[in-house]
Amino acid sequence: MNVIMTENTENLNTEDKIAEKYKLQTKDVNVFYGDFQAIKEVSMNIKPNSITAFIGPSGCGKSTFLRLFNRMNDYIEDFKMEGKIKIDDTNIYKNKIQLEQLRKQVGMVFQKPNPFPKSIFENVAYGLKIQGIKDKKLIAARVEKALVQADLWNEVKDNLNKSALTLSGGQQQRLCIARTLAVEPSILLMDEPTSALDPISTAKIEELIHQLKKEYTIIIVTHNMQQAARISDYTAFFYMGELIEFDKTKKIFTNPDKKRTENYITGRFG
Amino acid sequence: MRKIKEFVIEKSLLSSALVTIAVTVGIISVLAFEAFSFFQEVSIVDFFTDTQWTPLFTKKHYGILPLLTGTLLTTFIAISVALPIGLSISIYLSEYAPKSFRKTIKPLLELLAAVPTVVYGFFALVVVTPFLQQFIPGLSGFNSLSAGIVMGIMIIPFVSSLSEDALFAVPKALREASYGMGATRLQTAFKVVVPAASSGIIVSIILAISRAIGETMIVAIAAGQQPRLTLDPTVPVETITAYIVQVSLGDVPHGSLEYKTIFAAGITLFAFTFLLNTLSFRIRKKFREKYD
Repeated sequence: MNVIMTENTENLNTEDKIAEKYKLQTKDVNVFYGDFQAIKEVSMNIKPNSITAFIGPSGCGKSTFLRLFNRMNDYIEDFKMEGKIKIDDTNIYKNKIQLEQLRKQVGMVFQKPNPFPKSIFENVAYGLKIQGIKDKKLIAARVEKALVQADLWNEVKDNLNKSALTLSGGQQQRLCIARTLAVEPSILLMDEPTSALDPISTAKIEELIHQLKKEYTIIIVTHNMQQAARISDYTAFFYMGELIEFDKTKKIFTNPDKKRTENYITGRFG
Repeated sequence: MRKIKEFVIEKSLLSSALVTIAVTVGIISVLAFEAFSFFQEVSIVDFFTDTQWTPLFTKKHYGILPLLTGTLLTTFIAISVALPIGLSISIYLSEYAPKSFRKTIKPLLELLAAVPTVVYGFFALVVVTPFLQQFIPGLSGFNSLSAGIVMGIMIIPFVSSLSEDALFAVPKALREASYGMGATRLQTAFKVVVPAASSGIIVSIILAISRAIGETMIVAIAAGQQPRLTLDPTVPVETITAYIVQVSLGDVPHGSLEYKTIFAAGITLFAFTFLLNTLSFRIRKKFREKYD
């Protein structure tokens, strides 16, 4: 649909065309923590309904970069950001932007499963309740839908009132995904979502990510190169705060342009 | 040589631990022994049902209820002051205040607990009571209201400091999860952080109650020394602790029944604080399990 629209409206200038083609755009982004520069001049465009993997050695800035998209770094003291980040053509670092609105649109799943010490139902309903939704039927329906989407419904449907902390690690992480989906964001940020999980749970989450791609734009930070190769459409390789290479995953893993990318991917460093 | 040194150190550490236990056991057994001989002369049913406490008068009554209500009334007033203020402070410090501010203000707050209680007592008597009398015409010079309020101020740091520790110990990941779904700071504080820290907050409240029940000087000075079965905060009352002070300072003959009343009162007080401390210990243990 995007393609048709771009073709039909000839009077659009180039920048607008790009805006329609990309869900997320960053331009010349620099991030500082005090004197330390964590991100250096990163520009990148991400297409809707794609899975993009951020890879790179520890401390390369990939998590910092991910957390720019829902402004999670704002809580860190001495954090400073320069450059432009646009989601659907809106600059999210404008003063006028409402953080709460932004985060409804950009969901996040964290490295360690972090369910609230509440019931399974309450965990998923939380995002709706804080928006002021009171309609119990609507909440129940959205909770069920989110749990089905996260492939957890069949395992928990009889125990919705049980504490979320009684679930296994893999189930907890799927609960956290369900909780995020219930708010109906359009972008999903995942910060090493499987690093604390066993291989079977990991496989389940990867399968889930693959299915979610139909409806969401997904960005995933991972330490696991095989994971990046398995699930992503695009891969970005970060090193020392710089974006070294960003291309189709196939290209990055078979025929990267840069020597450093190749060295990292083949396990020669990092 | 080295072995002997090790041996001496180990045994001396052990003996200091044993001394503490021995002292505790000693206190409890003296309390129990004297209270037991008190209850040989006064029926335990009268002790708990008689509505008058007049062991020092000619017409003697030994009902603990007036002292107990005096204690609970002042404690209740104190908690009504300390709980909302202490909790607000702890939520502000843990969720809103910048790190540097938190670091300075916390020790300052804890200073409140370091003020000698006799100072608080006079503060209640000569400042708070006259001040309150401007608004409450019938307020007597000695009353449980101002004693309770000042005691509440004294225990604010018990509530705020321990609650703040509990709130601060809630993992950052839970806050991030909440913010990540579009919650405001206020929503995150009240819907995620406070519930997650609830057991720690409850422990802080119990310890504050325990402290208020055992507090002596403030109530002895400002609440009066008239055992009276009432829930009216404007009249003089006497708490268990204030009664014990009164008798200990007076010229009651050693070994008399009047003398033994302080042990009966003391063991009642001990039962309360022991119960509260056990409760907080239990909750704290459960709390620890939850985060490990």
